[in-house]
Amino acid sequence: MISDVVRKTYTPTIGIECHVQLKTITKLFAAVGNDARDAAPNTLVSHICLGMPGALPVLNKKAVEYAMRVAFGLNVAPQKYSYFERKHYFYPDLPKGYQISQLSQPIILGGSVNLELNDKHKVVRINRVQLEEDAGKNTHPQGKNYSLVDLNRAGTPLLEVVSEPDIHSPAEAKAYARELWLLMRYADVSDADMFHGNMRFDVNVSVNKDPNLLGLRTETKNLNSFRAVEKAVEYEIKRQIELIEKGQIIVQETRGWDDAKQKTFSQRSKEEAHDYRYMPDPDIPPVVLDDYVVESVRKSMPVMPIEWRRRLAGLGLDRLVIETLIDAQAETPEANYLPFIEENLAEVAFSKFIVNHIVNTIDPIRKETSRTASNWDMYLKDIYDLQHTNKLSSTNAKALLVTLLSSGALPKDLAKYAEEQGFIQVSDEGEIAHIVSKVIKTNPKAADDIKNGEEKAVGFLVGQVMQNSRGKANPALAQELIKKQLDV
Amino acid sequence: MSGWMPIADIAKQVNAGELKAAEMVERALKVINNNKKYNAVIATMPDRANLRAKELDERIANGEYTGLLSGVPFIAKDNFLTFGSETTAASNILRGFNAPYQATAIERLEAEGAICVAKANLDAFAHGGSTENSDFMVTKNPHNESRVPGGSSGGSATAVMLDMAPFALGTDTGGSIRLPASFTGAVGLKPTYGLVSRSGVVAMASSTDVIGPIARTVEDIALVLEVMSGQDELDSTTIDRDPEPYTSLDRISLNKVKVGVIKEHMGDGVDADVRARIQATIELLKNSGADIRELTLPSLDLALAAYYIVVPAEISSNLSRYDGQRYGFSHRDATSLEESYNWSRSEGFGREAKRRIMIGTYVLSSGYYDAYYKKAQQLRTKLIDEFNQAFKAVDFLVGPVAPMTAFKIGENTKDPLKMYLADVMTVGVSLAGLPAISVPVGVDGDSMPVGVQLIGQQKNDRKLLSLAKEIQGLMS
Repeated sequence: MISDVVRKTYTPTIGIECHVQLKTITKLFAAVGNDARDAAPNTLVSHICLGMPGALPVLNKKAVEYAMRVAFGLNVAPQKYSYFERKHYFYPDLPKGYQISQLSQPIILGGSVNLELNDKHKVVRINRVQLEEDAGKNTHPQGKNYSLVDLNRAGTPLLEVVSEPDIHSPAEAKAYARELWLLMRYADVSDADMFHGNMRFDVNVSVNKDPNLLGLRTETKNLNSFRAVEKAVEYEIKRQIELIEKGQIIVQETRGWDDAKQKTFSQRSKEEAHDYRYMPDPDIPPVVLDDYVVESVRKSMPVMPIEWRRRLAGLGLDRLVIETLIDAQAETPEANYLPFIEENLAEVAFSKFIVNHIVNTIDPIRKETSRTASNWDMYLKDIYDLQHTNKLSSTNAKALLVTLLSSGALPKDLAKYAEEQGFIQVSDEGEIAHIVSKVIKTNPKAADDIKNGEEKAVGFLVGQVMQNSRGKANPALAQELIKKQLDV
Repeated sequence: MSGWMPIADIAKQVNAGELKAAEMVERALKVINNNKKYNAVIATMPDRANLRAKELDERIANGEYTGLLSGVPFIAKDNFLTFGSETTAASNILRGFNAPYQATAIERLEAEGAICVAKANLDAFAHGGSTENSDFMVTKNPHNESRVPGGSSGGSATAVMLDMAPFALGTDTGGSIRLPASFTGAVGLKPTYGLVSRSGVVAMASSTDVIGPIARTVEDIALVLEVMSGQDELDSTTIDRDPEPYTSLDRISLNKVKVGVIKEHMGDGVDADVRARIQATIELLKNSGADIRELTLPSLDLALAAYYIVVPAEISSNLSRYDGQRYGFSHRDATSLEESYNWSRSEGFGREAKRRIMIGTYVLSSGYYDAYYKKAQQLRTKLIDEFNQAFKAVDFLVGPVAPMTAFKIGENTKDPLKMYLADVMTVGVSLAGLPAISVPVGVDGDSMPVGVQLIGQQKNDRKLLSLAKEIQGLMS
């Protein structure tokens, strides 16, 4: 094991490639369904996906539009001129013997991703983003002398996002992966479902004692969670430093990630690397983007996380709260959490009330039930008003909201509904006085303590009153009446 | 003389009920059967053809109009995907392949009532200029059985000249329609790149592959082009067709036409007989008032070199899909994926396909790309510029299709370079994507046909057909 002292003498440098599956209805070059998640093998295929003789690719315009959206999400305009190239290699999941990809003139060059870390703001530059087709999937049944090929995924549009080597720690790598995920969700171009492999990360890691030089790098491929990105980078940094400290050399190679063992392992070295013999694809004319099309896409862009952070910071919210909101919006964009907050930004207290309930009530329920209640935003203002006119305790405000969310009820008159459901706070002096005298009678010791000047005992009796009223008593009024009845 | 009426007349009479589509099919199949020794046809599709004929005749009996090509039999080069028989591209690796869809060109012809009756022989995957590279058999020239018919659409041209059908389809990547048309005395059109959809045609080199008709007359060619041409959503390289029908061939007033003679194509490398026939054609044009000018395209001499880099590169890529895993020939003895790939491709591909895969793989390899592929593409750009310059001065270019007439079977098979020289006058046009047509202009001393090559500007296919029609008139 290496010590932290030794470790700190090395600068790790990390660049990340991320493959994002676009959620187009059809494939990148074929009029065939693109959502392979629940499809039986080889049911989403046409002569194009199968690489039949004479089959020609026809570019999906929606995929180009999505690429443009990603460009703006990365703070850069898409390239006005780009074209596709063929990358050649033989494998059964690649029916044509080449993958249609981009090398010389990709659709996005440059751009940046803004990371919010605990202690700092960081910008990771983007080198390029290329539009390409995914391959199929091979499976190798245990103990059989054959392999199976499923071409449902063959031809799914992918964006490969290539970062500059601007990342220097496992935490930054994880934050970058999350930020890309947010970006794809906000730009509304990918389901970005990590479980189904909609986003896959390859991390290039090297270490060097001289922060101005790069060491030999390894590439760990096919990481499909933020945590795996963090852990694989962590592991590689340690492994490489240990090798160097032992005087051994680092082999430039492709590595895999064993999630069970939390280790990277060698897959193939550079000597075995392919010559892909790239050439422009003569079947697909270059993509030339009209200015007005680019402009209309730019105008259709939603508010992105970086801007939401700025707007939410204006409310004086805690960073973690802001990030929870950013995540919640990404996970359930249809709920429109953030736009709702924004609509009410003028009323600071109410918007903080909304934030509090999204973070502590609404979103936890959404996560538990895997769905967003359609009425989540309908009664927040009413509940807020009831609470601030002392008709609802904060506890009951939450309880009322939970009831509404889980029942899906749509009462016309919320005050009446809250009353019926027994949430309304009792502020009737006579009724509370009656409970107070009952409580004093059944708790003589506490009453004596209060008379003897023990203020703590007041709290105890208020608690008893609340219990006896099943939470409905106005606690401030209860306290006042206790003191009055005991003459203190 | 042709045993078939003009295509337009056949369709008219079939639509009128005066001729039966069934009779047309029967006749075509009979002629095919009687001429098997020429090896023009790989397979016939009597069942499907008869069924389609029967349907057409029934629809006509019900008073329906059934299209511009109703009841007209045709033969497709076997690199067109069709129903009704296998599609092999004359290669062992595709032997037994039944297409799951049809080429757009075939669909469009069928929609106008044409009936595909057979599949023509070709150089395997269209790699060649003599039809000797077929993995199955060598097609013989209809005028002399010891000679080649040219290629790679040799089966198609031979079929037309033997009256097996009024027209046939070919593909032209570097001369594969024009050369066999010239060698057999047929008319063969290579349209502007992109005018006819390539969807469903086994790809050779995607950036120069075009689809075109071979027939006896310019009028027949024009009608077939009329039906096949235009944008296709299955091929993004297709272009808009001419807004005017291709069949409305303007009478070109020859005394207004400016025709450029390509100097590089009239030199010593051209057989004297060929040069004489082309020169005589040019004289005829001149006597009819055409403005004849000699032109030079300096890069044209390098076109063949550029072509045999760009095209094999695309071939090596396009043939990657034939890997024995999904369709076609798959080696049954292979015990691993590696063996399956190696053995299926080694045994499935013929010598010429392998030669081109090797060249193409080499020129695309890391470290060689810039020296070969990129340089060849630069030359291609320069060549296009020179053609554009030429077309500022003249309306058409004229020259031979090939420096020779049909050579003897086996004469060039040992020397691939000599074989490639047959393409020297056609490949430049292919690299530039221009329309060109071969029109027969007489025979040489051995009675073998000579074709003149007329070249037009991109998208000027209709004008080019008009000029071809004038020359056809001057010859008769």
